[in-house]
Amino acid sequence: MENLQARNSNIIEVFGLTKKFGDFVAVDNISFTVGRGEIFAFLGPNGAGKTTSIRMMTTLLAPSKGAILLNGINPWENQDAARKSFGIVFQDPSLDEELTTYENMEFHGILYRIPKEVRKKRMEELLRIVELWDRKNSLVKTFSGGMKRRLEIARGLLHHPKILFLDEPTLGLDPQTRNHIWTYIKNLNKTEQITIFFTTHYMEEAENVARQVAIIDHGKIIAQATPSKLMAKTRTKTLEKAFLKLTGDTIREETANAIDNLRLQRRIHNR
Amino acid sequence: MNVIYVLWLRQLKRYFRSKTRIIGSLGQPLLFLVALGFGLGPIFRKAGEGNYINFLVPGVIAMGIIFTALFSGIEVIWDRQFGFLKETLVAPVSRFKIMLGRTLGGATIASLQGLIILFLSFFVGFKPQNIFLLPLALFFIFLISLLFTALGTAIASVLEDMQGFQLIMNFLIMPLFFLSGALFPLDGLPKTFKIIIAINPLSYGVDGLRHTLINVSHFGLFTDLLVLSSITIAILIIGSYLFSKSRPKN
Repeated sequence: MENLQARNSNIIEVFGLTKKFGDFVAVDNISFTVGRGEIFAFLGPNGAGKTTSIRMMTTLLAPSKGAILLNGINPWENQDAARKSFGIVFQDPSLDEELTTYENMEFHGILYRIPKEVRKKRMEELLRIVELWDRKNSLVKTFSGGMKRRLEIARGLLHHPKILFLDEPTLGLDPQTRNHIWTYIKNLNKTEQITIFFTTHYMEEAENVARQVAIIDHGKIIAQATPSKLMAKTRTKTLEKAFLKLTGDTIREETANAIDNLRLQRRIHNR
Repeated sequence: MNVIYVLWLRQLKRYFRSKTRIIGSLGQPLLFLVALGFGLGPIFRKAGEGNYINFLVPGVIAMGIIFTALFSGIEVIWDRQFGFLKETLVAPVSRFKIMLGRTLGGATIASLQGLIILFLSFFVGFKPQNIFLLPLALFFIFLISLLFTALGTAIASVLEDMQGFQLIMNFLIMPLFFLSGALFPLDGLPKTFKIIIAINPLSYGVDGLRHTLINVSHFGLFTDLLVLSSITIAILIIGSYLFSKSRPKN
């Protein structure tokens, strides 16, 4: 089994993935593969279907049609095995702010049933990488946005996942912090041979970091190649220009939904 | 360590770390106890019903519990989107365990609130009738806590955001409390009113507490226990079903 998986060079395989909400087709028959150890950027305008796709790949939302293989596992047949094989950093923070760095990490380790000795060693190793080891006993609510992101990345890697999903990991962070975060991620990709699957709205990040890029618009994948190939194909100099050429420059109107309301209410509640 | 235990522990850690919330949620029940207890006490005594503070304490305990319990259940909405709970939803753990751990945590906190109110009531002159019935009173406190935390979680699993929250406060918590006999004796009430009170599960919680604390009962201890525990089990089942169907929005 291990051998078979190791020979298979694609760690993510998606065939004909579709999600309908009533009459609305959020994700329309998309297919793509991500190679083992790759850094893969999933780009698209607001409402294009990025987050919906990630939710289907990470067992949070059942697809209407199509198939997914994560590390050779079908997440809708073998949910727990699939869940063990990936880590995720959500678009919205998912740390418990009333707990300390260490407690957040430890709870994750227990949920994933990592034996205590392994857990302790791995926690120290990861917290040192993201430079939070000396803040291990601080409450998360005292952290800046960048520190929280770093902690979420460390936590997502605690159970030795094969794939790390990052949904807009650098949203709202200053350029220095963004730069730092990408440095960690690139290092981890190298040292742990972990596959990175991320979305972002910062095109220069995708251009600098990603080895493969897929662009999704109106639920369909309209291009997939290396950043340089996309630029060559569209005869543009930056990925941002290539992106605009492919997706058009009209602004996408997204109606406020329940989750936007929730974000707003939370901002008011938390002073 | 077990998943349920970890989720329970997390709730308790949060509780003990937010002192302002502990104190804040005690304000209203204590105000009711002091203002109504001393204010209506003389009339109650004149009507030949005895000591009103003693009568009121079980009701006020129940009040403290349902506020804390329902709110902690409804907090699942936040937790699912911005909290640790979202993390647990992609972990290799069953939804049922997540719901159970969180509900037990919320119920423990609500029970602690109830115990604090019971303890504080000693300072305004409350005395339990029978010390040997205290363990049973604690059981009622936990049962009420469990029932309403599970109810809160069930409601939260259906709600999309906090918009509906005010609605629940006004059309669920308030009626549950005022129509439970927490504030007045149930004997000699108009018939329709009595029926409404009899279908409110909290009435049985208040009655059970009253029986175990001051030895006054309307429905009888056995009925209280039977009704309360069967509704708790039913709501736990419904709640975990609804919770397992619910998903974070993004």
